[in-house]
Order: sequence, then structure tokens, then C-alpha cells
Amino acid sequence: MRKHVVLALLLLVALVLSACAQATPTQAPPAGQATQPPAAGEATQPPAAGGEKVTLIIESWRNDDLPIWQDVIIPAFEAKHPNIHVVFSPTAPAEYNGVLNSKLEAGTAGDLITCRPFDASLKLYEKGYLAPLNDLPGMENFTDFAKTAWSTDDLSVTFCVPMASVIHGFFYNKEAFDKLGLQEPTTWDEFYQVLDKIKADGTYIPLVMGTADMWEAATMGFQNIGPNYWKGEEGRLALIRGEAKFTDEPYIKTWQQLARWRDYLPPGFESVKYPDAQALFTLGKGAIYPTGSWEIALFEKQASFPLGIFKPPVEKAGDQCYISDHVDIALGMNAATKHPEEAKTFLSWVASAEFAELYGNALPGFFPLHSTPVELKDPLAQEFVSWRNECKSTIRNSYHILSRGEPNLENELWRVSAAVINGTLTPEQAAQEIQAGLDKWYKPKQ
Amino acid sequence: MGVVRPVPATPARLGINVGGVNVSTKSKSRTFPTHIVVFLAPAVIVYTLFMIYPLIDSLRLSFFATGPDNKEYFVGFQNYVKLFTDSDYAPRFWGALKNNIVFFLVHMLVQNPIGLLLAALLATGGWGRKFYRTVLFMPTVLSFVIIGFIWNLILSPLWGVAESILKAVGLGALFRPWLGLESTALVTISLISVWQFVGIPMVLFYAALIGIPEELIEAARVDGATGWQIFWRIKFPLILPTVGIVGILTFVGNFNAFDLIYTIKGALAGPNFATDIMGTLFYRTFFGQQLQLGNPTMGATVAAMMFLIILSGVLIYMFLWQRRVQTVEM
Repeated sequence: MRKHVVLALLLLVALVLSACAQATPTQAPPAGQATQPPAAGEATQPPAAGGEKVTLIIESWRNDDLPIWQDVIIPAFEAKHPNIHVVFSPTAPAEYNGVLNSKLEAGTAGDLITCRPFDASLKLYEKGYLAPLNDLPGMENFTDFAKTAWSTDDLSVTFCVPMASVIHGFFYNKEAFDKLGLQEPTTWDEFYQVLDKIKADGTYIPLVMGTADMWEAATMGFQNIGPNYWKGEEGRLALIRGEAKFTDEPYIKTWQQLARWRDYLPPGFESVKYPDAQALFTLGKGAIYPTGSWEIALFEKQASFPLGIFKPPVEKAGDQCYISDHVDIALGMNAATKHPEEAKTFLSWVASAEFAELYGNALPGFFPLHSTPVELKDPLAQEFVSWRNECKSTIRNSYHILSRGEPNLENELWRVSAAVINGTLTPEQAAQEIQAGLDKWYKPKQ
Repeated sequence: MGVVRPVPATPARLGINVGGVNVSTKSKSRTFPTHIVVFLAPAVIVYTLFMIYPLIDSLRLSFFATGPDNKEYFVGFQNYVKLFTDSDYAPRFWGALKNNIVFFLVHMLVQNPIGLLLAALLATGGWGRKFYRTVLFMPTVLSFVIIGFIWNLILSPLWGVAESILKAVGLGALFRPWLGLESTALVTISLISVWQFVGIPMVLFYAALIGIPEELIEAARVDGATGWQIFWRIKFPLILPTVGIVGILTFVGNFNAFDLIYTIKGALAGPNFATDIMGTLFYRTFFGQQLQLGNPTMGATVAAMMFLIILSGVLIYMFLWQRRVQTVEM
């Protein structure tokens, strides 16, 4: 009897120990190993040197784009480079950063890494996971503006090839505008005249947006219309240098405009969420929808009426206009890749005009950052991108450097912008809270 | 079947040997009780590995901070001082605590009385008892995501039925986007949570109520007590232990709550932090949000405060309530 008990105890201890032993090594790369496609993983091993086919794996969060990469982009590349085989291996967007980190730590990441803008990728470069790409042929095709998001703070090293940006603006229901005899507004006065007419008519909700999810207020409101006030890059860089403050006139004026929007929003906008607003607009119940180019594909599919777009309004007709042309996605090289030459060949191709055209047309609303203009086939995408000729481009001012501390500037902008529209904060209070939060940790370099 | 049945403290029960030497007892007391270890081992090992160790490690983490070189350094109580005094953290912490107390009070004042009322109604018997018992308990087993989605739709100012129902009874003017207003969002979400979880106090109270012997109630009736008197003078005192258990379950559940607010309002718990409770504050601090990177050490500090709050609640329950309220054996 006692023997059995001792045996059972031993068995139990053995079981627990083996469980522990298994648990320790898997701690670092569990997610990474699980998502790595086994066949593709084996293929990363160099089959042999000299002339034989090499396989490159692309890590990405754009699982929506898988068919486009498989059917359009990769075949176009492989036709020119028959000895390189490319596999697009995406992860779910929300898990991408975590999974990629563990894969890189474990040394199982793919050869090419899709780069998030700014700090996430900068951290990977600083840890030595991304290779510097300054001397990559094709890098000269991009302006400093396009490269900012994937360069060190002093712009001395660039570690990803910029792929695309998204542009902010306003969509409108052409049918509604025609019915009410309205023109695309260019100045703020015209903007509110149009809204007043739509409101007086009563058929359509003048301005479709909600504040429940908060980010719309900041991203589609504040960052959309603000660049005209803070003069784009000029104002953004002045904030970083500490020469401008959020309590300055341009920022207060931006929030003042947002506060005026309140009267034109859907009933109960305080609890209207992003998908609600999208549905409201594509069902034809709204007239104007502040947002960005990433909606093109969805809206063209769902809306039964013709769509139009207009730029963020300016104060006086003829004023220089600025647009938020936010850099969003790039491609870099895993510093530990076994095929650096082939990876660079692919990256050079990504930096070419040919790739820009393929990509820009496959994903309307995601605009190539290539310095030679790309011919886009989608008319709305064409119009969005044409704004680059008339207006100066900038990026969202909270993304670069200024969101590195606590409280986080981007989160705070969401909160106060929504509160300004809801009417629970005045524009001046919003400005003070944002600047106080920034002052708490940010010391501009002199 | 008396109300109090004293247990006689016989010498045998107390384990004292009287009169003569009991050899078998003596030899047993010298043997190492291997079987006890074997039976306890699975629970102890699993619990230690997955509950106690992470808890202690999380408490340890709250005394560290990450330096610029990504290494952790011991900082003593600095994280706690920061949480209570920092101009960024302190308003969030006290705000979350205040909201959490409101969240808890709504549950105590609405959920538990309604649970008791429903249990009392169910316990009186009658037609459809089993049907209602099941239906009322059903939301409890639904996922938070479904609850959040359904109520978002019901209360939506664009497509919700709440406004049409109010209009149908002539109260359309009372409709507000309750989930979106700073003044009402927290109470609205609390009430949604009450709706979801009212089944738990109901079932607990119901089980306690039907456990009361019929003789007591019959005796009271013979003495001429009214239904109201029977409930408050006889039934309620007898279920006081359950009242305590429901209270502490509500307390622990509410100060651990996170899911419903996260599914309805997101990790930023808007508008303007009006629905921010300890759980969402912890999540945001520990895991980060959008461009904000997670801060594991400050997150662990918030978690430690949640642990202390819940621990103090449980201790109060154990020493002030459980000791005074005698469980009555019947």
C-alpha cells in the first residue's frame, strides 16, 4: 500500500517537473513559433549556394492584403527574378507587434519585416533587429518627409523602405449635394454655409461622425483640419523643437472649429461609434463625412450613391493649404537574414516606381510615397493624391517623438478632442491640459 | 429540527485518550501522513504555480522600475508614491477608485435587492417558476462581448429600440445617448452589468430561502404573522449568511471588473475617463494603448492596489460579518 503511495507521489513530482521544464524554454517565443508556417519556415534554410532558388519570407500585419501580394505583387517580382521566391506571411494586426518581437528574439522571424511608423520600428532598429538601408539602391526615390517615420531622430539612418501613406479629407454624398444645389466648400465660411443649408433642408444629417470611440475626434477631426492652422510640417517641427505650444492660437482655433461641429452631428453623437458612422454615411443618410483615404475601398463597395471628396477648408480663399498625408507602412530587412543580397534586391524593387504603381492601384487609398508621381486608376484615389501638388504634406503631430512619455499625447488628444466636441471641455481647457501633459515629460533639445 | 443544535464536546471528538492507552492511535500519529500530501498535492501545486507565484511576482514587480537601458531596478515604494501623488497618475487612480465605488454601490443597491426580491417571488412557488428562474439567470452565462454589443445596439441613438419604446409610451423626450454622456455613462454601464449578473444573487438567495424549514413558517402563520413579518422577522435573519456571501462576491467581482467597460468603451474608458475603473486603468497602464507603450512596473503597482482593496474587503467581511452572523444549522 505504502509503496503505491510513494510511487504515485513520485509520478506526480515527475509530471510537474516535466511540465516546468517544458514551460521555461517556450516562454520567450511561444506566439512566434505557433504562427510560423512550418513549410515556409523550413524553406528559409538555404537549400544550396549558387544559382539555386532562395525563399524570402515577409512578416506583415496586413492580412487583408494577402491576396494582393500573392496574386499581383509577388508574381510581378518573381517574373523578373526567377531565382528568388517570396512568401507573404501576415499575422493578425493586433498581435503583430508582440509576435514579431518574440520571433526576432528567437531568431525565427522572416527575412523582410513590415515596419510600423515611428517608435515601434525605431526600437527594433535600436535593438539591432532591423538593418540600416541608407545605401540601398532606390532609397534616393524618397524625400526626407517620407523617410521620417523610419529613420533615427537625426535622420542619419533609415531602416525601412517607405511604402504608403493615407491622406485625410472629407467625403461627401454627391447626390445630396446635387439635390440641394451645393458646391464643394473651400473655406470655413463656405463649409458652415453648406452645413447650414443641409441642416435647414433636414433630409440628411449634415456631418457624420461620433465621439464614442474618441479617436475619430482626434484623427478625423483634429489631425484632419489642424494642419491648415499650424502650417503643416512647420508647426509640427516647432512643437518638437519647443518653439510652439498647444496653447498657441493655431491649436485653439482647431479645437474651436471642432466645437462648432457639434450642432451638425447626428443625434446622440456622443454614443455613436465608428462603424455606426460608416453605416450611416454609406446608407445615404448623411451628407459630409470627415475621414481619410483608407475608406475608399469600403465606401465604393457599400455606397449606392456617387461619392465626392474635398480638402480640409482654409480660412481665406487662396490660402496655402496643408494636408495630413500620414506615413503608415514600410518594409525593412531582418538584420539576421541569411539572404541579405536577395532581400536587398527585393527592397530595391519595392523602392521602384513599378512597385509603387502596382501597390497604389491594388489598394486604393494607400498612397505610394515614391517621389515620381504614380498613375492611379481609382478616380477618388487620383483626386486625393492630386492634393499633394496643391498643398503641403504633413503627418499627425502626435506620432513622432511627442508620444514617447506619460501621459501619452495621442491618448490625450483623443480624450480632449472628443470632450471638446461633446462640449465638456472648452478649446482653451483642452489646450492647457494637453500642454501641461506634454510639459511634464518632454524637454525639447536646444 | 431545532434552530440551534449544540454539538457536545465529547473527549473522543477532541482527540484525547481517556482511560487506557490506544496503541493504534499512537502508531498512526508517528507515521508521516503521506496520503494527505498526495491528495493535497495536485491542488497545492497547481494553485501555487498559477495563482500564488504570479501574485507574489506581480507584487515584487511593483517595487521595480524600468531604466533607460530596459533593465529593472529596485525603487522601493516610489511607484506607489507616484500613483498617489503624480499629477498624471493620481487623478487617474483616485478617479478610477471613485468610479469603482460607484460601480459597486449600484450593484449593492440595485442588483442585490432585486436579486432578493426575485428570489423571494420564486420561492413562493407558483406557475412558471422554473421558466423564470432559467430565463433570469441566462444573461449571466452570456459573453461580455455579446452583452456589450446588444446593449450598444439597444441604446444606440441611431438604430436602438430604447428611443422608440420611450416614444411609444410618450416619454421620447427623456431619451439621451446615455452611454456617451459623462454624467450617465458609468451608471448606465453599471445597470447593464446589474442586468447581466442579477441571476447570481437571485440563485443564491433562492437556494437559502427554500432551505428554510416549512415548520417555522407554519408556526409563524399560526401565531398570526403576516407575509411581510414572516419575511423580515424569520426568513431574512435566516439568510443573513447568504447576504454576506452575496455582498463579498459582488465586492470582489466589481473591483476586478474590466470586460464590460472594455467592450463598450474601450481601454480609454471614455468619455473623458468617466467610466474608468481599476480594471481598465490597470489594463491601460500595463499593456498600453495605441501609441502608449505598456508600463509593466506601474501596471503591477495598480494591480497591487487592486489586490489590497479586495483583500481589505474580504478581511472586513471575514472578521466583522462572518464572525457575528452565526450559520444556523437546521
